[in-house]
Amino acid sequence: MIELEGVSRSYGDRRVVEDLSFTVEDGAFCAIVGPSGSGKSTSLRMINRLIEPSAGTIRIAGEDIATLGLTRLRRRIGYVIQSGGLFPHWTVEDNIATVPRLLRWDEARVAERVRALLELVRLGHETRRKYPHELSGGQQQRVGVARALAADPEILLMDEPFGALDPLTRQALRAELARIQEDARKTILFVTHDIDEALLLADRIAILRDGRLLQYATPQEILTRPASAFVREFVGGAALGLKLLAQRRVRDHLHPGAAPAGEPVAQDAPMSEALSEMVLRGAELLPVRDAGGRIAGSVALADMLR
Amino acid sequence: MSARRYRDPLLWLAPLFAFFVLGMPALRPVFAWAFPAVEPPIYAGDTFLALWLFHAALVAVSSFASLVLGIGAGIIATRRWGHEFRAILEALATIGQTFPPVAVLALAVPALGYGALPTFLALTLYGVLPILQNTIAGLAGVPEPVREAAEGMGLTQAEILAKVELPLAAPVILAGIRIAVIINIGTAAIGSTVGAVTLGAPIIGGLVGDKTSYVIQGAIVVALFAILTDACFERLRRRLERYKASGARRDPPGGWQVAGFGARVRAKVSGGSG
Repeated sequence: MIELEGVSRSYGDRRVVEDLSFTVEDGAFCAIVGPSGSGKSTSLRMINRLIEPSAGTIRIAGEDIATLGLTRLRRRIGYVIQSGGLFPHWTVEDNIATVPRLLRWDEARVAERVRALLELVRLGHETRRKYPHELSGGQQQRVGVARALAADPEILLMDEPFGALDPLTRQALRAELARIQEDARKTILFVTHDIDEALLLADRIAILRDGRLLQYATPQEILTRPASAFVREFVGGAALGLKLLAQRRVRDHLHPGAAPAGEPVAQDAPMSEALSEMVLRGAELLPVRDAGGRIAGSVALADMLR
Repeated sequence: MSARRYRDPLLWLAPLFAFFVLGMPALRPVFAWAFPAVEPPIYAGDTFLALWLFHAALVAVSSFASLVLGIGAGIIATRRWGHEFRAILEALATIGQTFPPVAVLALAVPALGYGALPTFLALTLYGVLPILQNTIAGLAGVPEPVREAAEGMGLTQAEILAKVELPLAAPVILAGIRIAVIINIGTAAIGSTVGAVTLGAPIIGGLVGDKTSYVIQGAIVVALFAILTDACFERLRRRLERYKASGARRDPPGGWQVAGFGARVRAKVSGGSG
């Protein structure tokens, strides 16, 4: 559990973060969202003390992090940044093994860990001998995630990890991260300026503006009960209804049994995708397939309003 | 493949250099024919091997001192707590290099006496600036995200310096050392004016005694020594930058340089782009 209590940071007269308080439960995926200059990166960096707060307390598992040794604290926390920050003179294997080697694991254990992590982030085993410059941006970011997870930290801090990638790669990596989180169950703090990314991945969203916390709630709550006009506008404005629909899964609205003909939608797809298909096909009823590809039933236009 | 091997300059430079250091007496007929007035035709003081060994030792010791001072000061100047020292350290190093070595010798002899010691001092001061400048440029060129990632993962400042910053800056620092060493190989010769045993002895002796052939003999060995050393640095540079060349990209063969100034320009460019 990560607790922030009255945390502020100022540079001279400029207050970058002001009186920030919120709690992230163990195993939660919390997105910190806001426009540029809202203090989201600063907030994140105060958690691994790359920046020291001017006031307030941050606790991890009940311990005030100001009282913990810097090195010990940081080795408990995985850290992923936008441009990867991989060490260009080290191979992928050496990069991933950074923290395990600092912790003096024996080499057999390190090699086994590297193998498992490359598998987790879906990079081939042969990748371990390559240097960062030989990888694509997406692959580098996968290595960055593997490196952050290497010593099995309780917490993962991610600062716009997919910000520099093209939309397709970003989408693929978001899905991978969601899958990794299913398996590994870390406490994740994820900074992004992309509200859709936050809505897709997070189970808690903190919305910041000018260093102040505007709202801290579940995606559902933020969409249905935005705390202010700014939050409403920031989250989606006119498209709010569609984003709400994107939060729901087809499977939750499935009518088992007979289904119309045509290409089925996946039952794990968001409802917004089903709506889009209905608009495209001019159909009020769509077939739905399960994970195995069999027809599981149907979904109707009327379900969009339920 | 074999064509590429012939382009390695060390393969022909090393034997050529060895010939001039060890086999100068064999050129006696050539010099006797070209300079009939000079007797004996070959410099007859210490052997060229002995001169070279003293010369090389002087350059090695003074370059090592420059290296310790230059890299040390460069590290201090790029630390968070050391930024205030940067201007003064650079100013001191600039004075060290712009002050002519001959003047350093003249000023140092009354204090240190004749011999190798004033020459050591002059060479050391002369070599600090390029090493300091390149250390600062190399360390400043380490990408900020790399440093931040290292810090975020819990590497201590000393670990970041040793494992990340210095290895990444090494090619640029090496370029600075290369300039310092090459310049000092040439400059060390003037040490013979204050009694240091160097390859400058035949040159100075030849100038004083109007024996041009001695000047040529000394100059050939000094020049070949500098070129050979530069080729060794080129090989070392490629080894340090090997990681960049792995995969599809390969280093073009045989791209060595006679003087170190090209390396210095390159170092500045690559150092400033980070």
